[in-house]
Amino acid sequence: MTTEQLEVTHRAGPASRTVVNDFAIQVATVNGSGSQSANTVLLRALFQMGIPVSGKNLFPSNIAGLPTWYTIRVSRDGWVARKKEVDLLVAMNGETARDDVTQLRPGAAVIFDAPLALEAMRTDLAFYPVPFDELVAPVSSDARLRKLLRNMVYVGVLAGLLEIEIAEVERALARVFGAKQKALELNLRAVRAGLGHAATIEKHDPFRVAPMDATRGKIIIDGNAATALGALFAGVTVVPWYPITPSTSVVEALQGYLEQHRRTPDGQASFAVVQAEDELAAIGMVIGASWAGARAMTATSGPGISLMSEFAGLGYFAEVPAVIVDVQRIGPSTGLPTRTSQGDLLSTAFLSHGDTEHLLLFPGSVEECFTLTGQAFDLAERFQTPVFILTDLDLGMNNWMAEPLPYPETPLDRGKVLSKADLDRLGGFARYKDVDGDGIGWRTLPGTDHQKAAYFTRGTGHDEQAGYSERSDVFEKNMERLRRKFEGARAALPQPVVTGAGARVGLLAHGSSDPALREALVQLKQEAGLDADYLRVRAWPFAAAVRDFVAAHQRVYVVEQDRDAQLLALLKLDLEPSLTARLRSVAHVTGLPLDARSVTDELLAQEGR
Amino acid sequence: MATPTAAAPRTNRLGLAILDYKGGKTTLCAGCGHNAISERILEAYFDLGIPPERVAKFSGIGCSSKTPAYFMSRSHSFNAVHGRMPSVATGALLANRTLHGVGVSGDGDTASIGIGQFVNLIRRNVAMVYVVENNGVYGLTKGQFSATADPGSTLKGGDVADLPAIDICALALQLGASFVGRSFSGDKKQLSVLLKAAVAHGGTALLDVISPCVTFNDHEGSTKSFSFVKEHGEPLQELSFVPAFEEIDVDYDPGTTQEVTLHDGSHLRLKKLEAGYDPSDRVRAMSRLMESARGGEVLTGMLFLDPAAPDLATRLGLVAAPLATLPPEQVRPSRAVLDAINASLR
Repeated sequence: MTTEQLEVTHRAGPASRTVVNDFAIQVATVNGSGSQSANTVLLRALFQMGIPVSGKNLFPSNIAGLPTWYTIRVSRDGWVARKKEVDLLVAMNGETARDDVTQLRPGAAVIFDAPLALEAMRTDLAFYPVPFDELVAPVSSDARLRKLLRNMVYVGVLAGLLEIEIAEVERALARVFGAKQKALELNLRAVRAGLGHAATIEKHDPFRVAPMDATRGKIIIDGNAATALGALFAGVTVVPWYPITPSTSVVEALQGYLEQHRRTPDGQASFAVVQAEDELAAIGMVIGASWAGARAMTATSGPGISLMSEFAGLGYFAEVPAVIVDVQRIGPSTGLPTRTSQGDLLSTAFLSHGDTEHLLLFPGSVEECFTLTGQAFDLAERFQTPVFILTDLDLGMNNWMAEPLPYPETPLDRGKVLSKADLDRLGGFARYKDVDGDGIGWRTLPGTDHQKAAYFTRGTGHDEQAGYSERSDVFEKNMERLRRKFEGARAALPQPVVTGAGARVGLLAHGSSDPALREALVQLKQEAGLDADYLRVRAWPFAAAVRDFVAAHQRVYVVEQDRDAQLLALLKLDLEPSLTARLRSVAHVTGLPLDARSVTDELLAQEGR
Repeated sequence: MATPTAAAPRTNRLGLAILDYKGGKTTLCAGCGHNAISERILEAYFDLGIPPERVAKFSGIGCSSKTPAYFMSRSHSFNAVHGRMPSVATGALLANRTLHGVGVSGDGDTASIGIGQFVNLIRRNVAMVYVVENNGVYGLTKGQFSATADPGSTLKGGDVADLPAIDICALALQLGASFVGRSFSGDKKQLSVLLKAAVAHGGTALLDVISPCVTFNDHEGSTKSFSFVKEHGEPLQELSFVPAFEEIDVDYDPGTTQEVTLHDGSHLRLKKLEAGYDPSDRVRAMSRLMESARGGEVLTGMLFLDPAAPDLATRLGLVAAPLATLPPEQVRPSRAVLDAINASLR
C-alpha cells in the first residue's frame, strides 16, 4: 500500500483548519527500546520531502529502561529551534504517558499504545489508539525483534496520518539499514502495518505535511560530527581524550574519519588517538604534543573542564597551544549529564588559578562547529595559548540541517615557529621577547637541530629567555605582555554576526541560542510590533563591535542558557559603566534547548508589553 | 723542558665535549643525591654520542623536577605540573617519536600525586627514560613523608612512617613495565650503565634511584640515607654496557655472564652476582623484590628487561616522521574527500 492509495478523511477537527508543515511531534519511549532508528527514518523522510526539520533527543543518563523523548519539528518557515508546544504526541511509554498528555495544549493529537487507554483523559485532544502489539505480531515471531519493530509501526501510523510520502520513508529506511536486507524488509513490513492501520483512523486533527523545496542540497549532521570534521580538515594529529557525555561522539566520529582518511597506503597512521586515564592526562598530552609542534585537541564536558584547570593555567602561562572542545552539559557538579546548558562560560574564560584568561569560541550552528574548530587550531598556534570551543549538548548531539560544509580556503597557520635556518640567520632567540609588538614571542620545536634552539618551558616565573626568575619587575612585565597578546586576539577572533540596525532594543546571545533568537525576533515583530536588532557574539575576548552594538541600543537583552547570566557578567567586565546599565538578562536554566516562545514572552514582559 | 700544553678536552663520537652537555648551575643542597644523578644522565648522553638537540627533558614539581635545568641546556625541556609529567611527555613523544625523551621525577611526584599518570605511562610503554629520584621525603615543603617511605622509618622530628611503602619497581613490574632497574645515586658505575641501557631501550625505561635527601632524610633511622643504602644495598649483577657503535668483545663466560641486546643494538652485559637470577623473568623479579624488602635490603641492578615489548607509537602504527611537522598535504584531506562526506550526509 502507498500513500496515494490511502484515503484519509479530513473531518473538521477541533481547529477546523489545516496546519501544513508547521508543528512538532514528540515521541515518548523508553531508553534502549530502539526508537532511534524509527525517529531517524521519520526525520529523514520529511527532510527528503524538502520540508525543513529538526530533531531533538531528550534522553536520560542511563543505558536502558528510563523514559526518553524525541521531538521532531516540521517548519515551513525554516525554524529549527525547539518548539515549546507539542502538537502531536506519540505515547509509547506507559510510565510517562499520562503526564505527557496532561501537558499538551488543546487541539493537539495523541497517537498512543491502545492498552494505555488515554482517550478518557481529556476531551480537547484528538486521540488515536493504536494496537501496536497486534499490528507487529504478524511481522515477526521473535519477541525481541517485535519490541524494536513496534517503533517502526508508529512511523507508519504517522506517515499515514500526516501524508508523509511512503517512497521517502522507504528511502530513509534503506539509508538507515544499509545493506542489512533482512532488517530492511522487516522494518518496512512494520511501517506498512502502521500505514494500514492509519487508513482505518478517522482523522480529526489539522496537522499534515506537503512536499516543499527547502532542503535541496542541504545535509543533516550533528554538531559533534561537524566538530570532528573541522579538526580533520585542520590537520589534527594528536587526540588524547577521556569519555564523557555529551562530548564522547566528537572523538568517536573523529577517530572514524581519521581511520578512513589519514592512513598511508601501507596502513601507517598520521594521527594518534589515545584514550587517556582521565581528563588531566588528556589535557596534559595535548599540552605536551602541542609544545612539540603537533596540532592536538581533546573534547570534554563540564566536569572534565574542571579537572583540566591546572593544565589550562600552565598552557596560558607557558604559552603552549591547545584546542579543547567543551560540549557543555548542565552543572553544577555531575548535574544533569544528558541535558544542555551554556553554564561553563565564566569558569572556562578564567579557568585556573591566578590571572588566567583564555580564548573562547562559540559556534552557533553545525556549520560553525566545523569552521570554528578549524580556526581554533590556527588561533591556538598563532596566539600560543589554549583555545576552548564551547558547544553544548543541543548543538553537539542533535541532528541539524545545514549547508554543505565548506572546504577551508586558507592554508594552515602554524604560528611563529623558528626553524634551524631562521636560527642560523638570527644567531639565537629569546622565547618570550615581544619582538613584533603583538605580545607573541617566537618559539622553537624540540628536535630543532641548532645549538641555540632549546629553551626551558616552565610554569614558574620566567624572563624573556625563559630562565627562572622571581623578580617582581620581570614578572609584572611578562604578565603585561600576556595581557597585550590577549587584547590583540579581539580583532583576530571570529567577529560577531549582527542582524538588523537602527532599533532601540537589541538582543545579544551566543552559541546554540541562535535559532531561538532568530525566531524570537520575528515573533516580537509580528506579535508585538517590536523591532529589535540582534548580535550573536562568536568569541571571547569580545570584538569591538560588541561594545558598539551595546552603545547603539537603549536596552540590550542578553539571552543565555544558564542561571547566573554569565554572558552578561562577561560583558560587564568589558564595558564602561554607562553601557552596562543598558544590559538586561533573559537567562534560562531548564536543561532543555532554548525555544523562541520563552524568549519572546520573557522579553515582552520585561518591556512591559 | 717542554712547555706543558693544555690537554684537548675529551670528545664523543660527534666531536662534542662534555661541556656541550652541561646545564645550569644547580640550586639544590650541597651533597644532594640528585646532583650526582644529573651528572650521570648527561654523561650517558655524552658517551652514547646523542646530540643534545635530539633530547627532550621532562619533569613535574619538586626538588627532583628542578634538575633538568641543571643538565643539558642544549636540549628542550618541559617542567610541567606536579605529578603530571608523564602525560606531557606522552603527548610530546607522540608528536615527535624521533626525540629521545628523558623524564626526571621524585617519589612524591611519581608515587603520591602522580601515581595515576605513572601507572598509565608504564602501561602504555611510552619510549622514554623515566628516572625517579627517590628519597622518601618532600624536600621543597620541608620534610614530609612520601608514599615510598618505609614503615618504621623516622623523620628528623621523630615522626614514624606507619603506612605500607609503595615499591615503585614492584608496582611497575605488575603494570607490565618493559624495563625496571634500581640504583643508588652514590653508585656511579652501576647507575651509569643502567642509564645507558635505559637510553638504548625502546619503551619506558624505569629507573628507581635511591637519592638521599641530605637535609631532611639522611639521619639514623631513615631507610633512604647514604649509610643505610651503603650497608643494605644488594646488587643483583655487575653491569657493563657496549654501545651499538662499538664492537663487542666476546671475552666473557656465558656461565656467569648474560648478554642482552637492547632495542638500539647496544648490549647490556650482566655478570651474575646471584645465581639463577634471570632479568627476563617477571615473576621471579617480583618475588625477589618482595624478599629483599622483607629482609630490609635494597635490591639494585637490572631487575627486569623485555627489549622487544612494543612501545606506544609502534602500537598506534604511527608514521616514522614526526606527526608535528608532517606537511599540510599529509594532514588536510583533499576537497574531494569533503565533497564525498557532504554527499553522504545529504
